Amino acid sequence: MSLTRRDTFGLALGAMALTVLPFRANASVDDLIAEFTGGADLADSGVDLTAPEIAENGNTVPISVDAPGASEILVLAAGNPTPAVATFAFGPLAGSRMASTRIRLAGTQEVIAVAKLEDGTFARAAKTVKVTIGGCGG
Amino acid sequence: MASGVKPRVKVPKSASAGEVVTLKTLISHPMESGQRKDKDGSLIPRSIINRFTCDFNGQNVIDVKMEPAISTNPYFEFEALVPEAGEFTFTWYDDDGSTYTDTKPIEIV
Repeated sequence: MSLTRRDTFGLALGAMALTVLPFRANASVDDLIAEFTGGADLADSGVDLTAPEIAENGNTVPISVDAPGASEILVLAAGNPTPAVATFAFGPLAGSRMASTRIRLAGTQEVIAVAKLEDGTFARAAKTVKVTIGGCGG
Repeated sequence: MASGVKPRVKVPKSASAGEVVTLKTLISHPMESGQRKDKDGSLIPRSIINRFTCDFNGQNVIDVKMEPAISTNPYFEFEALVPEAGEFTFTWYDDDGSTYTDTKPIEIV
């Protein structure tokens, strides 16, 4: 098969769409963070996110968040079809501002934790997890 | 109600007053994400537990809002402050409106 001018154009358009798509996914992550923080600035330290570097099975990836002095922690998976994962709100009897759980990751991607600290500021941490088998039934 | 839902929690039997104890919870639930398709290619509707709370003598310890990205059989580990003897109440809220609860007493030594 030889490429016509039209084919080449179509391919170029497809390639452009592919490069644009990840940005769209990120936009919704930004929206979720903005909704959580109300547009406040994010500090780079103050929240610890523990996640494995490589997860063999994307269906159960153990993660843990820890942010001393946090009242709420939002966890997002940037590359999932729906990026929201969980929001941990700590009550008056929380022994520490730490929680662990297991999450699903559709593929290799960044996991993000945003903590709302009691002094009204916000902190963010992110970690890239390599996933061998995705966890979305694909 | 999703079938076969069984909560399991691990709480120490006793603690000293003011001690911080680690709690572990697991509930068997399929957590259908709403992303999967059955063999005919139609989408399996979402059916998850969307909220989990833990209280001690009526005071909140943790309140988790859960999304479909939480794994099957949701597991949580967290820490609670135990000021006095009493009872932990764990509650899970299902998408279909049902709730599952479990309680565990703790003594002060």
